[in-house]
Amino acid sequence: MASLLEVKDLSKKFGGFTALDGVSVDVAKGERFGLIGPNGSGKTTLINCVSGVLDNDGGRIVFGGEEISRLPAYQRTRRGIARSFQIPRPFTSMSVLENLVVPLEYVVHRGSLHIADTGAEAMQILRGIGLADKADTPSNQLSQVELRKLELSRAMAARPQLLISDEAMAGLSANEVSEVLEILFKLNADGITVIMIEHVMQAVMKFSQRVICLDAGKIICEGTPASIVQNPDVQRAYLGA
Amino acid sequence: MGAYATYVLAGYGVDPLLAGLLLMPVFFAFGLAVYQFYYTTFEGRGSDQGLRGIAFFFGVAFIVQVGLILAFGVDQRFVEADYIGTSIEFGEMRLPQRMLVAFGVALALTTTLALYLSRTFTGRAIKAVAQDEGALRLMGANPVRIKRWAFGIATATCALAGALLIIVGPVDPNLDRLYIGRTFCVVVLAGLGSMSGTLVAGLILGVAESIVLSTAGTAWAPAVAFGILLLVLGVRPAGLFGR
Amino acid sequence: MKRFLVGAAVVLALAATLPALLKLEYYYVLGYTVLQFIIMATAWNILGGFAGYVNFGSGAFFAVGAYTAVSLYKWLELSLGLQILAGAAAAGLLGLGVGLLTLRLRGIFFSIATIAITIILETVVLNWTYVGGAKGLPILRPTAIPLFENYTQWLFFVMAAIAVVAIAAARYIQSSWFGRGLRAIRDNEGAAECSGVPTLKLKLVAATISGSLMGAAGAPYAMLGSFIEPNSAFSLNHAVNALAMPIIGGTAHWIGPVIGAVLLGSVQQIVTVTVSSEMNVLVVGVLLVVFVVAAPEGILGLVKRWRASSK
Repeated sequence: MASLLEVKDLSKKFGGFTALDGVSVDVAKGERFGLIGPNGSGKTTLINCVSGVLDNDGGRIVFGGEEISRLPAYQRTRRGIARSFQIPRPFTSMSVLENLVVPLEYVVHRGSLHIADTGAEAMQILRGIGLADKADTPSNQLSQVELRKLELSRAMAARPQLLISDEAMAGLSANEVSEVLEILFKLNADGITVIMIEHVMQAVMKFSQRVICLDAGKIICEGTPASIVQNPDVQRAYLGA
Repeated sequence: MGAYATYVLAGYGVDPLLAGLLLMPVFFAFGLAVYQFYYTTFEGRGSDQGLRGIAFFFGVAFIVQVGLILAFGVDQRFVEADYIGTSIEFGEMRLPQRMLVAFGVALALTTTLALYLSRTFTGRAIKAVAQDEGALRLMGANPVRIKRWAFGIATATCALAGALLIIVGPVDPNLDRLYIGRTFCVVVLAGLGSMSGTLVAGLILGVAESIVLSTAGTAWAPAVAFGILLLVLGVRPAGLFGR
Repeated sequence: MKRFLVGAAVVLALAATLPALLKLEYYYVLGYTVLQFIIMATAWNILGGFAGYVNFGSGAFFAVGAYTAVSLYKWLELSLGLQILAGAAAAGLLGLGVGLLTLRLRGIFFSIATIAITIILETVVLNWTYVGGAKGLPILRPTAIPLFENYTQWLFFVMAAIAVVAIAAARYIQSSWFGRGLRAIRDNEGAAECSGVPTLKLKLVAATISGSLMGAAGAPYAMLGSFIEPNSAFSLNHAVNALAMPIIGGTAHWIGPVIGAVLLGSVQQIVTVTVSSEMNVLVVGVLLVVFVVAAPEGILGLVKRWRASSK
């Protein structure tokens, strides 16, 4: 399978603290990819560098064959990388529907389209994810799981080739986890490459075809979910030496 | 406000420097109260909290300025003390004593603050709050209390600074615009978070203003601080010593 | 849209025919001032209310418009229309410049830079003898008056036209994709950027539009009093008013700044006449703080809540 995303030797420092230390990973087109690691290992930093929220200090990021390391975040989104945020960041002055209209207007339909048309499209996405009845609710009145769904659906609205889900299931009940997992499986079935960052282990194991584990800014293990779980380095990273 | 409070106390015969020191705890408490009010009213939900918070302080600053004008008039006010008006001679140079007093106090204050921020738990917590609030909460410190404490310290420092200001020269209510520029200039030039940097930056600004004063005249002096500020923002927003 | 065009036409027609009925010059100066407030408040709100970037230096943009107009009038005897265009262009460039310098950084740096630019430009003008420096410059109104008997009435009409343009711009921005992008930036800039919004570009455009409208408001200023001097052109009152009126009126909709401008402008007139002019600015400051604390969505918000509760 062709590589959709190639991260080559990525490094990122915050003052004296090295968050990422020469991370290299390739994600294949259509793959279901898991990213795990203890808190502070650099998972979100890696995602922030890939999506363009942070500038990487060293290394390169190649997406769909194109070098994107110098591109601002919005241009990476327009090229097909979408992400959800660990702590949901809705556009609080807008309704659920309007939240989705933003990426629709700015990514999918750059040009001239009235809200009437994008509204219908947004409704369809909301129906697919189970938020259709909340379309006109102000986004600052949603429950936790509804917010997570909004995060995901807003990322989906940008019609990405690569969707990065950043701890979308943290703190959710088992049922809610299954709901979100089902959404991600469906997206992948439609051809979208998905990178899942999670602490909820059963979700990662069920979902991923391949998993890498980060610790202190370095990749310490890579392989199938089964092999990762049994890896002593991974166990040490999570449980302490 | 610090300068004017010093002025009022000096009218009762209190030495201005002493007045400044006495005012510090008062202003500290005031600062705590203001921050508490600010926090309960503004931090929290909503997308335009930042706007409201800034507008609030702007409105308050404006009210204070107009209030001072109404209370004290637009004329300049000054204080008197033993060390104002006399100078020490070093060979060819004459150093005004009041400037030496201000310099000494400022140096002492900056050093104290720098030590406080690096050696005490609360001090380090203040530095930490700017870097990572979440982590600080995990370590058992309440970020809100820390920020409130820091604001109190800042307000108290302003009281002393105001006292020094009126010691060094006459003040009038329109001074705040000039000093906003100087304050922002020094802070941005130094780099956010660097105490020692403020000493260096303050020196640079002082020298720059003096040079401009003697070459281009008083008319251009107010623009120096803001000019340096804009230059720093454009070229190196992190400042000289910033993280 | 049609309703708006009809409304605009009615306003302009009123402004044109009023001079035939009301003769007292005072009303036109008063009307001019209120219209000026409307334009400044509307312009401020485009960047401040819609996008969330607070401009503390509205005086700078206003004065740039005024002094550009004055210097071009003195040098080339340009007509008022061209003066306004030039003033708007200059102030727009200023907005773009300050934006390029600071909009990449956190919002507070933009606000600080707007204060800086006010002082710096005021200092420049104080030293610029061509436009009178600190003493100020008297201006001779042109002898030919288009359309009206009195030059003040003409100025009033021109300001009404500029106000219509400003409101039209705000209205269009508010309901368009551009406005939605600005709101996304205000609500959560990081998420907006990751949703494909070119945040820097949008902010720069908003800053340019806001600045140029303020410059347009300032351009006819010298003509009003036949005099211009830096203290009043760069006055802090412009900054406070431009900020307070949208916040008090309501920042979410283009009509908020208009409401704030009319109300606050009237209050200021009353206080100036009955009490004193220092108290007048104090009133603005106090109202600003009160509204920011108690009624953050401004008068529009209060109306919304009152309507919701009476259902």
